[in-house]
Amino acid sequence: MKENRVLTIDNLTTTFESHKQKIQAVRGVSLHVDEGDILAIVGESGSGKSVTMKSVMGLLGENADVQADHLELLQKDLLSMSEKEKRKMRGKDMAMIFQDPMTALNPLKKIGYHMIEVLRRHQNLSKAEARKVAIDMLGKVGIPSAESRMDQYPHEFSGGMRQRVMIAMALCCQPRLLIADEPTTALDVTIQAQILQLLKQLNENEQMNIILITHDLGVVASLAKRIEVMYGGLIMEEGTTEEIFEHPTHPYTRALLHAIPKCESGCRERLEPIPGMAPSLANPPAGCPFVTRCRFACEECKKGIPSMRAYSDTQSSRCIFTKEELDEKEKKEEEK
Amino acid sequence: MAKYIFKRILTAIPLIIVITILCFSLIHLAPYDAIDAMTTPKMSPEMVQMIREKYGYDQPVYVQYIRWLEGILNGNFGYSIVTKTNIFDELATRIPNTIKLVLPSYLTAYVISIVLGLVAGSHKNKWLDKLIDGICSLWIAMPTFWVAMLFIYLFGYKLRIFPILGMHTVGVNTLSDFLLHFITPYMVLTLAFIPDNVRYVRSSTITQYSEDYVMVQKAFGASKAEIMFKHVCKNVLLPVITKLGMALPTLVTGAVITETVFSWPGIGPYFIKAVQGMDYPIVMIVLILSSTLVVLGNLLSDILYCVTDPRIRKMG
Amino acid sequence: MAMNHSQKKRLENVWEALKHDKIAIFSIIFLALILILSLLAPVLPLEPNKTDVAHMLEAPSSAHIFGTDEVGRDYLARVIYGGRVSLLVGVLAMLMSVTIGVTVGILAGYLGGIIDGILMRIVDILQSIPWLILVTVISIFFKQGLVSIIIVIGFFSWMEIARLVRAEVMSVKEREYVLYADFAGVPLFKMVLRHLIPSVLPTIIIAATTSISNAIMTESSLSFLGIGIQEPLSSWGKLLQSAQSNLQNAVYMAIIPGLLIMLTIFAFNKLGNLLRIYVDPRVMDAGK
Repeated sequence: MKENRVLTIDNLTTTFESHKQKIQAVRGVSLHVDEGDILAIVGESGSGKSVTMKSVMGLLGENADVQADHLELLQKDLLSMSEKEKRKMRGKDMAMIFQDPMTALNPLKKIGYHMIEVLRRHQNLSKAEARKVAIDMLGKVGIPSAESRMDQYPHEFSGGMRQRVMIAMALCCQPRLLIADEPTTALDVTIQAQILQLLKQLNENEQMNIILITHDLGVVASLAKRIEVMYGGLIMEEGTTEEIFEHPTHPYTRALLHAIPKCESGCRERLEPIPGMAPSLANPPAGCPFVTRCRFACEECKKGIPSMRAYSDTQSSRCIFTKEELDEKEKKEEEK
Repeated sequence: MAKYIFKRILTAIPLIIVITILCFSLIHLAPYDAIDAMTTPKMSPEMVQMIREKYGYDQPVYVQYIRWLEGILNGNFGYSIVTKTNIFDELATRIPNTIKLVLPSYLTAYVISIVLGLVAGSHKNKWLDKLIDGICSLWIAMPTFWVAMLFIYLFGYKLRIFPILGMHTVGVNTLSDFLLHFITPYMVLTLAFIPDNVRYVRSSTITQYSEDYVMVQKAFGASKAEIMFKHVCKNVLLPVITKLGMALPTLVTGAVITETVFSWPGIGPYFIKAVQGMDYPIVMIVLILSSTLVVLGNLLSDILYCVTDPRIRKMG
Repeated sequence: MAMNHSQKKRLENVWEALKHDKIAIFSIIFLALILILSLLAPVLPLEPNKTDVAHMLEAPSSAHIFGTDEVGRDYLARVIYGGRVSLLVGVLAMLMSVTIGVTVGILAGYLGGIIDGILMRIVDILQSIPWLILVTVISIFFKQGLVSIIIVIGFFSWMEIARLVRAEVMSVKEREYVLYADFAGVPLFKMVLRHLIPSVLPTIIIAATTSISNAIMTESSLSFLGIGIQEPLSSWGKLLQSAQSNLQNAVYMAIIPGLLIMLTIFAFNKLGNLLRIYVDPRVMDAGK
């Protein structure tokens, strides 16, 4: 076990039970976060990316069944922890911010109340001290005249400002791991860039390790150091940002990359939507979940879930074909 | 906010005026002449004519309306046709009796409902919630007067622990005597008020629990108790408290049936007797009084709401 | 109207919910039973008006399973015939309030402007009079009897339905395909109706079940207070009125009609909740 490992997830599965129907949202995910990391989990909605992290945080309802071989945060085993111990870690050792900053704050409580509550919950601070720290934090995330903003209500903040408040709340106890679940999806494009910049600064200056959950590869490219591509509750490919963008191996990753506009090349390249729909999680197919939408699929793919094939220390991919085989198939198709 | 409240008051006034016009028209439509209340068959036609002129019943309708409205504003509610008694005096003794019964019942029901509603809502779909919700839907289906009858049978006839009718034993005027008479209708009424309120609190608790901020609080390490008492509670109670304003008319007409079953000397039996006896002036006054209270209650509730909710408080 | 896929799926949801809900099954069976008894009452060997002074206020026995009333009439027959009246009032008053409510709602929502303003102010005014008081007051302007009680209840309980339908019409009117249809030359009214009926029908059906419960409850209250159904007709509420004076020696006379009112209203409410699953599939998860 490496010394600088922040989070280890080994073979995590999450199953929801609803009306006597089992929905397998996460089907054996393994990943890790090291010191200094910004890890992006990329996938379409329903791929299980958000559920994976909520499972780690312990935020799912009682109808969720979370299992794992190994789940460790800062050398502490989350699986054997009591609910109370886990609760104490939330907000202090790991924090999570969400997609919609408009609804994430209690509309009837002042911004200051939210901040001070979190601070005093995890640290032994007086009210006045907590207030001071809170104002510091708001300033740090770029909220002007933080002092007076403390006494305002959430509805007096814009969406971007609220997301900054959320990040400030997360910063309060200097957690080692920040999970950002689509933090910019609900924001305007210009505000998006600012928030991403802020996250990057926090990673560099505050030694905050970040897991970024997103469906937007553009967001990932500018921020993440490593990427996990998820589909149908499984990790399809993982690698460094460079590896994923420069040498994608998995057909799904390739399809994703084709689906984003590349304006550098003059916008001439045609955007290719991925045909079909994501598989049902209630009755997942026996084989590769991507089989119905994959242009390279063959009978073999339907037989079983392929195992991960390693291409480097950091990159591996879940496909029965090797990168070379796929390259060749792609070339043949283009010739046609 | 002041501007909003001012505007809100301005819209309430025409509503009340329309209601008074409506009542006045109903009185005119009614198959009786207001003059009958003040005259006896023995009076000579000249005398009747004199009274008619004195009270302005020979004037055009709109003049009559204005005089009538003026009278009501000055507490001149007119006279009963049947008993010839002054309606205002009668109401002045009966309304306090009604309030004595309704206010404690409503407040008790209110507190119990908040507790039950919060408990049920925070245990959504667990057995506790199912039990509370099930009892409520059964209780809602029971006619209040039937429950009252069963209570009278049980406590009055079978167990013989409480008197069954009225507010006092004739000639006795002690507090303990009042309480003995009070307790059965109080229980019936409290139970009648509970189910609706529980359902309201329950559903708004469930709504609050499904809000994102609850999950965020959990993600920042809040315990179940902290989420409940520091966040959900306040958000649920705010609209519930403002809803108190809407209960204003209940103080007068909330117990018509219960009062009638128990012969409680409040406004209920008075009103029902008037209806049975076609005593129009009384019926119309009760109608005006209760609908004015509804309008005022809604107004009060809106004002309370914008005083307490920060999202509205700071608006123009 | 042909059923599309999602409607089929929703019906399946209702069916699924029904299978696991014993209380709902009981409610439906109970309502069916009451309904059949009411319809068949005239052909059954029942004599609700035959007095028998030799057997007054007799407790339930094998001869009279619900006992007899204060003039020796068979209480079972009284209760069945009373139920006929109660249900009749409930159903007819519901039909009336639904008709008025839907008409007003569509007119207000579709026409908008001044007409909407006027109609909605009328709704405001009628809703600001406590309901029991309103119905009571109106009832004195009518000759007391079965027809007037139906009219009174039906005529003054349409306001909530009108509000719901109006909101639905306004939202349908704003939908894009309806706006485009206007461009395409399809008459707007036809378009609104075509899209309105499927979207508003479930709301109406649910409102109807609530409306029946309310009407039955109101009728029983009015009859109990002596301003509803008059002799020789009888309803459950009317039966309870006479039961009040015999409470001490014949409590069964109070218990039986009351229980029936309670179960009927409960069953109609339960039915409404079940149908709510059809309208809004999320309800199923909320478990209401």
